[in-house]
Amino acid sequence: MKKFALLFTLVLALVLSACAPKATPTPVATEPFRVAVVMPSAINDMAFSQSMYDALMRIQEEMGGPDNFEIVYSENMFVVDDAAAAIRDYATQGYDLVIAHGSQYGSSLQEIAPDFPETSFAWGTTAETFGQPNIFAYEAASQEGGYVNGVLAATLSKSATIGVVGPIEVGDAKLYVDGFKAGVASVNPEIVVNVNYIGSFSDVALASEAASTHLSAGADVLTGTAQMVVGAIGKAEEANALWFGTQSNQSSLAPKIVVASQVYHWEVALREMLSLIKSGTLGGKSFKANLANGGEVIEYNEGYALPAEAKTLADNTIKGIVDGTITITLP
Amino acid sequence: MRTRLSALFDALLPVIATLAALAVGAVMLLFLGVNPLDAYGALFDGAFGSVNAFAETLVKATPLLLVALGICISFRGDVINIGGEGQMIVGALLATWIGLTFTEAPGWVIITLAMLSGFLGGAIWGGIPGFLKAYFNVNEILSTVMMNAIAVQLMNFLLRGPMIDPSQAQLASKIPQTARLIDEFHLARLLPPTRLHLGALIAVALAFLVYVLLWRTTWGYRIRAVGQNPHASRYAGIKVSRYMVLALLLSGAFAGLAGAVQVYGVNYRMITDGSASGFTGAAGFNGIVAALFGQLHPIWAIPASILFGALLVGANSMQRAIQVPSALITALNGLVVVFVVSSEIWRKRRQRRRLTVAKEEEAPGRPTPPEVQKEAAR
Amino acid sequence: MISELFTTTVLIGILASGIRLATPYLYAAIGETFSQKSGVLNLGVEGQMLLGCFAAFYVALTTENLWLGLLAAMIVGALMGLAMAFVTVNLHAQQGISGIGFYLFGLGMSDLLFQKLLGTVETVKGFPEIYIPGLSDIPGIGEIFFRQNILVYGAFLLVPLAWFILNKTTLGLKIRAVGENPDAADSLGVSVARVRYFTIILGGTLSGLAGASLSIALLNVFQQNMTSGLGFIAVALVYFGAWKPGGVLAGALLFSIVNSLQLWIQVLGIPVPSDIAVMMPYVLTILVLVATVSRVRAPSALTKPFERED
Repeated sequence: MKKFALLFTLVLALVLSACAPKATPTPVATEPFRVAVVMPSAINDMAFSQSMYDALMRIQEEMGGPDNFEIVYSENMFVVDDAAAAIRDYATQGYDLVIAHGSQYGSSLQEIAPDFPETSFAWGTTAETFGQPNIFAYEAASQEGGYVNGVLAATLSKSATIGVVGPIEVGDAKLYVDGFKAGVASVNPEIVVNVNYIGSFSDVALASEAASTHLSAGADVLTGTAQMVVGAIGKAEEANALWFGTQSNQSSLAPKIVVASQVYHWEVALREMLSLIKSGTLGGKSFKANLANGGEVIEYNEGYALPAEAKTLADNTIKGIVDGTITITLP
Repeated sequence: MRTRLSALFDALLPVIATLAALAVGAVMLLFLGVNPLDAYGALFDGAFGSVNAFAETLVKATPLLLVALGICISFRGDVINIGGEGQMIVGALLATWIGLTFTEAPGWVIITLAMLSGFLGGAIWGGIPGFLKAYFNVNEILSTVMMNAIAVQLMNFLLRGPMIDPSQAQLASKIPQTARLIDEFHLARLLPPTRLHLGALIAVALAFLVYVLLWRTTWGYRIRAVGQNPHASRYAGIKVSRYMVLALLLSGAFAGLAGAVQVYGVNYRMITDGSASGFTGAAGFNGIVAALFGQLHPIWAIPASILFGALLVGANSMQRAIQVPSALITALNGLVVVFVVSSEIWRKRRQRRRLTVAKEEEAPGRPTPPEVQKEAAR
Repeated sequence: MISELFTTTVLIGILASGIRLATPYLYAAIGETFSQKSGVLNLGVEGQMLLGCFAAFYVALTTENLWLGLLAAMIVGALMGLAMAFVTVNLHAQQGISGIGFYLFGLGMSDLLFQKLLGTVETVKGFPEIYIPGLSDIPGIGEIFFRQNILVYGAFLLVPLAWFILNKTTLGLKIRAVGENPDAADSLGVSVARVRYFTIILGGTLSGLAGASLSIALLNVFQQNMTSGLGFIAVALVYFGAWKPGGVLAGALLFSIVNSLQLWIQVLGIPVPSDIAVMMPYVLTILVLVATVSRVRAPSALTKPFERED
């Protein structure tokens, strides 16, 4: 009994001290711009969430460091409910910009934004601002980069079979894959593109076997989207097949076979948002990251020797998409 | 008097165990360079620090309580139901479908119907493993684990396809969500602008109902009898297989209701990101823990769910306030579960000691505290 | 289109993939079989796997020695098993729930350590494929069975080894006795606690191995939550296999082969919605079990803590 009493009082003391008022923070010389971001997966997922985190980091560097540009984040918010609580909490804490980086957060944002007219919200990936004056929307025209990747893939494929590994046929993944298929078809409609949606964002083993399946079916070029593709990239490397990435630069995972990645440079849209916010406009505009404005960039892998003609074709494709001569029709 | 205080200590044992787990967590926080006092201050603040915080705790606790009620039933019937996730999903799907299809009917009709269909959906998804166990000897752990995965894929299929929000269907990027339920169908907000909704009251009312079910009806008696001693029950004429099915069916039903309540009370639509617990928030598993916190008693499940809900909400709030990785929160969650579950032994030992003391000290015929009655009945 | 499924390339591909996919399930499920045979349900397998997975990857990456990585995974798994054993045997914790707690702890810790020690997704040069001389040249079968890496071979060799231990050794007899009738075993001088400690720690070690098979042999990468529910399926497969190593093998193979079948169905463009295809292994596992109705009973003492009657 004595032991329990001791433990009890010790633990009680801990709790009581935790309830003690916190020390007031030392005031900062200039007001930093404060950004909070809520993301559905990890910041180092080599995919969707990492793309936003990297973009914010780049902006922070541009603006001179954490003293001028403060970033806080909540990752792995795959439960919509928890994300809603997080968005509301950050807004209550007075962050200047709260980014809801996940299309599933939209309906929650619709309810929260009106309660915080002084806060600017950004929602991606989508074009919908719900007519709210303090919601920005941003999306990526992932089909554009997908198209370019597809063109390159079709050019480089010798076996005329290409494999795609995707998570679930929704949102950004669907856009990318549809664009990719269109790109391949534009070069050679005879090329077979096999698509496999494995039903999960995290099952690396299944993604890996999906890649094996593609390779056994004769594919010599693979692509895929979402974080579990790290497994697929490994299998591609083993078989010396080529890989095209999206959302983040995946060259580091397989330096010999990654040809290029479509990387989302959200900072293009973010910079515009920041200047708008500073001048008093808190929302109502939607941004598209695409090849034209540099929001999407095809980053080539230095370690892979891309034939000159292929590079030229890719550059021309990009130019065509940018100036509108190439239109991508999606199913 | 000493036994009463002692009994109170035992009731608080889960809380004490939680605090002990948090103490271990404090060591981990120190390793991460975070002041544990700041961290836990933020945790407490996030769960109880304001009206809104407490409301959020209650909103989080509501599905936990409903699932926990179902678990109380199934565990007492000696059936392990880890299929709460899938049952929650199917109940929600059915309930949402009702609200989206019959938009002309009056609000209270649809809400009642939706709650009932949530109950039904979960009952079906729990009843199938029950049926398979009773008549085909398919172990319920296997069937419920499989049914969970099947339910997630079913949800993805429906929310991406037939049940998708028409406005989403036009867009190139399809968010797997349904259309929003019309305003008349929403469960009333009890304390605007907080998100506290009618579902919380429904859950509490049902807790009392489950208590009555388990201890005041023949069904409940038989479920508990089968749970304690299936052989003796069979000799006594109770159809064991039937009550196994019933236990799983009922616990599935409550999980299904939790799903319906989440849709009608919180988001007003069914939405997921495609991952395994994007919709449920792992309430199907967390509810099991909450049930344990409450010693598998429906009434105690109420404070237990609030406590566990507070832990979950507070932990997320803590993550935001001091910017620790969410992984730490998960690990902490795990520690709390292990510590609480391990503390049971002290409760049982002390209870046995108290039982012998009570027999000596108190006059025969005087009613003994409910936990002691439970222990004697075990 | 469906006819394409029955070409040799595809069938070989399905089986080869199935063998690889089955490997982590085998390690984890055989380990769990030992635990359950002795009367302990361990739902924390997934957590043990993830920690073992990370330990193997990190040690292999930093020491550039795969065997050290393997050892690390086994030690980490064993330690988790030790904790589980203490909580189960000495503290009589409710087994289903303590398992969930260990799962969450393993999930969180593996992710936390990954973030703090590595920070970014990297790859490692894992165990290479070993072509068994002679056997690997057999057309068809050679490609499926005899061109895998050492951890795959290990998993399959584990099955007859486990069968032998459980059925032909005194240790196995003790394990089964403790699982069926711990009171009787105790009265005959068998230390129930010691046997259970052994099986639980063994289970943990094998779960750690399962994790290692993913991160330093099959996938050569670590990412948070990469097991994605594998551990729970492995536990379910123990029930499928009726607590026999042979049955567990059948279950793991069934599940994995159907999984790789559905991958091929999608790749060949057979018009099945992707979500329905993904469901297939889960549905089939249940259906097969229903079809093969048996009167098998679980170890009688499963999930019941043992307390010596005074």
